[in-house]
Amino acid sequence: MALAKDYASVMGRNNEIMKEAMGLDYDQFESGKMRFDYEGLMASTGYTLEEIERVQSLTGVGNTPILELRNLTALARKYAKPGYGATILAKDEAANPSGSFKARRAACAVATAKKMGYKGVMAATSGNYGAAVASQAAMQGLKCIIVQECFDSHGVGQPEIIEKARKCEAYGAEVVQLTVGPELFYTFLSILEDTGYFNASLYSPYGIAGVETLGYEIAMQCREKYGKDPAMVVCTSAGGGMMTGTARGLMKAGATNTKCVAASIDLTGLHMASDTAFNKKSCTTGHTGFGVPYAVDPDHSDVPRSAARPLRYMERYVTVKQGDVMYITEALANLEGIERGPAGNTALAAAFSLAQELPADEYIIISETEYTGAGKHVQPQLAFARENGIEIRFGDPNKEDKPGVNIILPKDPSYIKTIDMDLVHMRKSFIKKACKKYGSFDIDEDDIAFLAEETNSTPEFVKKVLEELK
Amino acid sequence: MAKKGDWVRIHRVVLPAEGRNPNLPADTAKVPLEMWVKGSLCADAEIGDEVEVETATNRIEHGTLVEVNPYYTHSYGKFVPELIQIDRQLREILFGGEE
Ligand SMILES: Cc1ncc(COP(=O)(O)O)c(C=O)c1O
Repeated sequence: MALAKDYASVMGRNNEIMKEAMGLDYDQFESGKMRFDYEGLMASTGYTLEEIERVQSLTGVGNTPILELRNLTALARKYAKPGYGATILAKDEAANPSGSFKARRAACAVATAKKMGYKGVMAATSGNYGAAVASQAAMQGLKCIIVQECFDSHGVGQPEIIEKARKCEAYGAEVVQLTVGPELFYTFLSILEDTGYFNASLYSPYGIAGVETLGYEIAMQCREKYGKDPAMVVCTSAGGGMMTGTARGLMKAGATNTKCVAASIDLTGLHMASDTAFNKKSCTTGHTGFGVPYAVDPDHSDVPRSAARPLRYMERYVTVKQGDVMYITEALANLEGIERGPAGNTALAAAFSLAQELPADEYIIISETEYTGAGKHVQPQLAFARENGIEIRFGDPNKEDKPGVNIILPKDPSYIKTIDMDLVHMRKSFIKKACKKYGSFDIDEDDIAFLAEETNSTPEFVKKVLEELK
Repeated sequence: MAKKGDWVRIHRVVLPAEGRNPNLPADTAKVPLEMWVKGSLCADAEIGDEVEVETATNRIEHGTLVEVNPYYTHSYGKFVPELIQIDRQLREILFGGEE
């Protein structure tokens, strides 16, 4: 008998479909209480860091160069007090086969799918990850379907996402394009069920373990080139996999003094599931619309438990404005002779400001760059904004920026200034959401310890928050 | 008229507005969830016909034929004069007056 394919029926089979599509039973990591075995989940890949390096190198992934951004460093020093202004470095992840660090995440996922005998892989993503999975599937001889949220209800597509579709198709993948809405997951599940393909989720342990090599390489390359670990690593943050994997890799390299900073573009006020807001944003990832909800509630992705748990690792979470990112992307091209995509430069805008807080003999590194091209570039993204009625002008981004209304380009580089998000507030929010899901604020010592791990805080802090919440 | 085997783009409503997730912002709740896919046309047809296609992964999908020989039109966008101003400013700050 044919299975019913209506919305409720397919969503009702979510767990079975996922089990089939991941070759991994997440129940084994559950404790029956709030705690789940995160390190057990991460270890379930069965790969050591060295094995992941080997799998990635088979397809030319990883081992990307570190670029020293000398002119941007000199520019930042003009605005720093004497003796300050760390050297700004960039890990040039655009050099990966698919043009971004996402190749690291896809390499292990696709290799695993192949090893397990799947005929194809699927991923729900509008971003660089689609291109990465499609590229890896091409190299490893599997079929590939990418499901994108791409258009508004007038059929107008985000130029950045259309470019990603082109890239996926160039690698031979099928691209399913949808209008705005979370029911993308329904379409994704339904095709996953029909095809029996592997769910190469961005949030699987394979994906996150794949990013650990990035953090590891950063430490090793900095030691070799500069004789020390960077003082700060800045990660553009959306779903939190970049932050999680990079921090874990740094720890595996013993780089315990490197401060892990997450950076997102501030899109406060734009609703991510809104049809009309969809084309009012001028960047499609690395923004707070993903970064904040995934940090405070990582388990609302396309897997039962996300391997990306950024709040465990970030020591600061800063925001920049869309105008800062556009400006710094233009600066990277003009002053360094390197053209890279805006989304990946979120961390660069932040690093330009953060470098000024650090002594001049320190190093600050952005964990990645991404490729650029038609649609995915300062000029088309700003032109698209203007066509959608967004006002673009020079000013003070931190005073005048209104996401969805304007883009304020900093009137000079001194106006690029990060704003720290309140991590204490985010930790509280995490604890509140976790308890709500669990159904009680009365939790035992072990679950209190678990929440302290999840929020990079202490049992005392968790207890205090629980008291406030009760 | 499109021929069997032509590479085409089709469109289909996946969920009508009434059948959507109840927790949507009001603007999204008013419109259907729509889908576009590409594939080889399974039989001769005209634009606007209900058709079947075979996709790049050999799935059979159905929908309304909207485009034959679909191509990309995204670009580097219209001129944005502010970018020239940024370039000038940066060079002036960093290299100006040092010659
Ligand atoms: C270039 C680039 N940088 C950073 C990110 C953010 O990574 P994550 O979702 O793991 O936080 C993404 C993905 O969305 C990306 O494509």
